[in-house]
Amino acid sequence: MKRTVFWGALAMTAMAAGAAAADTLSEVKNRGELNCGVNPGLVGFAAPDANGNWAGFDVDLCKAVAAAVLGDPGKVKYVPLTGQTRFTGLSSGEVDLLARNSTWSFSRDTDLKLDFAGVNYYDGQGFMVRKDLGVTSTKELDGATICIQTGTTTELNLADYFKANGMEYQPVNIDSNAEGEQQYMAGACDAYTTDISGLAATRAAFADPENHVILPEVISKEPLAPAVRHGDNNWGDIVRWTLNALIAAEEYGITSKNIEELAKSSENPEVQRILGVTDDLGAMIGLDKEWAKRAIQASGNYGEIFAANVGEQTPIGLARGLNAQWTQGGLLYAQPFR
Amino acid sequence: MTEVPLGAEQPFRLSMLVYDRRYRSMTFQVIVFILVMALGWWLVNNTIRNLAALGKDFNFGFLFQRAGYDIPQRLIPYSSDDTHLRATIVGLLNTILISFMGCVAATILGVAIGIARLSHNWLFARLMAIYVEVFRNIPLLLWILIIYAIFTDVLPPPNAYRGDDPQWSMIFFDQVALTNRYTAVPAFGMSNDPGTIDLGARITVNLALIAFLVVIIGGWIARRAILARAQAIQDRTGHRPVTWWINLAVMTVPSVLLIWYFGLHLLAPELKGFNFSGGNNLNNALVVLWLALTLYTGAFIAEIVRGGVLAVSKGQTEAAFALGLRPKATMNLVILPQALRVIIPPLISQYLNLTKNSSLAIAVGYMDLRGTLGGTTQNQTGRELESIVLMMLIYLVLSLIISAGMNAFNRSVRLKER
Repeated sequence: MKRTVFWGALAMTAMAAGAAAADTLSEVKNRGELNCGVNPGLVGFAAPDANGNWAGFDVDLCKAVAAAVLGDPGKVKYVPLTGQTRFTGLSSGEVDLLARNSTWSFSRDTDLKLDFAGVNYYDGQGFMVRKDLGVTSTKELDGATICIQTGTTTELNLADYFKANGMEYQPVNIDSNAEGEQQYMAGACDAYTTDISGLAATRAAFADPENHVILPEVISKEPLAPAVRHGDNNWGDIVRWTLNALIAAEEYGITSKNIEELAKSSENPEVQRILGVTDDLGAMIGLDKEWAKRAIQASGNYGEIFAANVGEQTPIGLARGLNAQWTQGGLLYAQPFR
Repeated sequence: MTEVPLGAEQPFRLSMLVYDRRYRSMTFQVIVFILVMALGWWLVNNTIRNLAALGKDFNFGFLFQRAGYDIPQRLIPYSSDDTHLRATIVGLLNTILISFMGCVAATILGVAIGIARLSHNWLFARLMAIYVEVFRNIPLLLWILIIYAIFTDVLPPPNAYRGDDPQWSMIFFDQVALTNRYTAVPAFGMSNDPGTIDLGARITVNLALIAFLVVIIGGWIARRAILARAQAIQDRTGHRPVTWWINLAVMTVPSVLLIWYFGLHLLAPELKGFNFSGGNNLNNALVVLWLALTLYTGAFIAEIVRGGVLAVSKGQTEAAFALGLRPKATMNLVILPQALRVIIPPLISQYLNLTKNSSLAIAVGYMDLRGTLGGTTQNQTGRELESIVLMMLIYLVLSLIISAGMNAFNRSVRLKER
C-alpha cells in the first residue's frame, strides 16, 4: 500500500515536471532568446560570416520565428549541431527549434519523438564527382570510394542504393560537411554524396567549381523540415504557421518592401488576416496580432529568402524546381489562414 | 573522585554518536552512505521523469532491428542488412583490434626509447628526451588530426598510380601502394586451399590458419622441452649440449613445410577501376589512429621504463660487472627483472588509457565501438541513453579484463619472497 502511494506520488511529480518542461513558448519568452540548432557550416543554409554573424536559408527561418515570438529577429542564439548531435540537442532541450536541413522521415517523426513543422526545402540525394573522372552517371560508380556524413538519412540511402543496383563501394565516414569537403578535395574519395542542395552549396565554396559535376541521378526524396520536440503542440504550431506565413506571403505577393503598405491598403481578406489587420489569429497560438507580419519583415517572404541565400543569383545557383509555389508548378502550398 | 574502571558500561546517549570515538566513524559513514544513495536516487528519478516527459522508454529492442548502414572495416562478415547488434560487435572488434595493435607497438617503442634515453651518447639521449616531451605534452587528438591531415594531403589518390608513366609507383618490389585512402598491401593466396570451417553466425576460419597456429604453438612447446632437457644435462654433467640448430629447425621446418604444402604466395594489389583490389587495403583511419596512439602512449611508456630502470640501485650494476657480466647480460638478467616490478603497475594504466583513447577514432571516421554503437546506431535509432549505457558497460568490462590479465602477469613477475 505504502509503495503504491510512493509510486503514485512519483508519477504525479513526473507528470507535473513534464507539463512544466513542455511549454517551450513561455520558456523562450522568459529567456528572451530563441535557441536555434543550425548546421555548423553549409554556405547558403547556415554559416557564420567573417564577423561571426550567422546567415543562410535555415538561419532566416530562425530569425522569422524569433521575430514572431519575441518581436526581434536578432534575438536568436545559434547552436551549431553536427549530423550526429542534432537530435540529441533538440530532445535534451539544448535548442528550441532545429532548422538544420534535416530530412523528415517516419522513424524520426515517431520513434525519435520529433515533430516536423512542414517542409521548407524539397531536396533529393545526389553525388558530386570531379569532371576529369569521366563519370556521367551514378551507375558508373561501382567500386568507388564515397565520402558520407555519418548519422544521416543519406548514409542509409547510399547503402540501399548500391545494394539495389548490385554495386560495391567503400564508405569514408566523416563527421561534418567541412571535413567532407577536405577529404573530397584531397581525392581521398571519388565522390561526395549528400542532399543536392548541400552539394551545390559545397561546390560554390570551391576555388574551381567548374571542375566538379553533380551527377544527374537523384536517388532519394529528402524533404528537409524544421523540427521541434514531440509533445509541445502549441510550439509546433507556432513554427509550422510561421513557415506557412512565409510561404503564403510569397503566394499573395507580400514582400518585406510592400508589407507596411499592404497592411494599410490591401483589400484581400487573406492578406488582412495574415497581417493581423482583421481577425486575431495570433491569440490562438499565444502570440499577438502582428506576429506573422514581423516574421515576414525579418528577412522577407519565402521567395525573397530563397533568392537571397541559395537562388540563381547567388554562387550556389539553385533553381526553384520543386520549391516553387504550387501556382508555378512547384510543391509549396501553404494551408489557408482562417 | 570516582574513577570509572576501563571497559565499564556507560548508558548510551544520543550525543555519543558524535562525541564518542567508538560510534563517531560509524555515524559519519552512515550519513555519507545516505547522501550517496539519495544522489543516486535523484539521478535515476530525474532520468525516468525526463524520459517520461519526452514519451520515451528504456528498451534495448533496437539492437535487433536492421542497421541499414555500411561499415568500411570489419573483421567479421557484415552488411547493411544485419542488425544493430552485429554492427556493435563489428565496432567492438575494431576497438579490440586497434587497442591490441596499439598496446603491442607502444610497448616495443616505449621500451626501446626508454632504454635509449639512458644511453651515454649525449646526442642520442637528448633526441629521445625531445621525442618524449613533444609527444606527451601535446593532446592526443591533435596528433591524430595532424597525422590524418598529413596522410590525406601528402599521399596521392589511387589515380596517381595509373598509366604507363604514373606520378607515383608502388614500393617494396611493387607490393605496397600508399594512397590517401588506404595502404594497399598484398594478401595471402593459396594454390591448395584446405577450405574453411564454419563457427556459426557467418564467421568462418580458414583451416590453413589453424594449421599454422598449431605448428607454431607446438614448435614453441617443443623448444621449451629441449631447453629444459639441456638445462637438466648441464646441471648433471656441467656440460651444455648445443641446441640452437635443433631449436631453429623445430621452430621453422614445420612452417616451411606447411607453406610448401598449401602453396602459400602473395597476391599483389592491382589498380582496378577506382581503387586497388586483389590485396588488402588497410584504411588510413586505422593506420593513422594506430600511429598516433603508438607514438603518444609510447612516450609515456618510455618514461615508465626509464623510471623503472633508474629505480634499481647502481650497486646492482656494479656488482654484476664485478662478477664479470657483460652490459647486455647485466641489463637482461639483473636490471630488467627487478625493474619490471616497478614498470608493470603503471604500464597497466597506460594500456587502459590507450584502450579508452581509441574512442577518439571518431576524429578520423574509424568505425570502432564509439563509431557504430555510440555513433551511427545511436543517431539512427535515437536511443541515446541505451547506447551510452551499453557503451560504458562494454568499455568497463573490456578495461577490467585487461586489468585482470595484466595483474595476473604482474603477480608472475613479482619478486618472490621465499
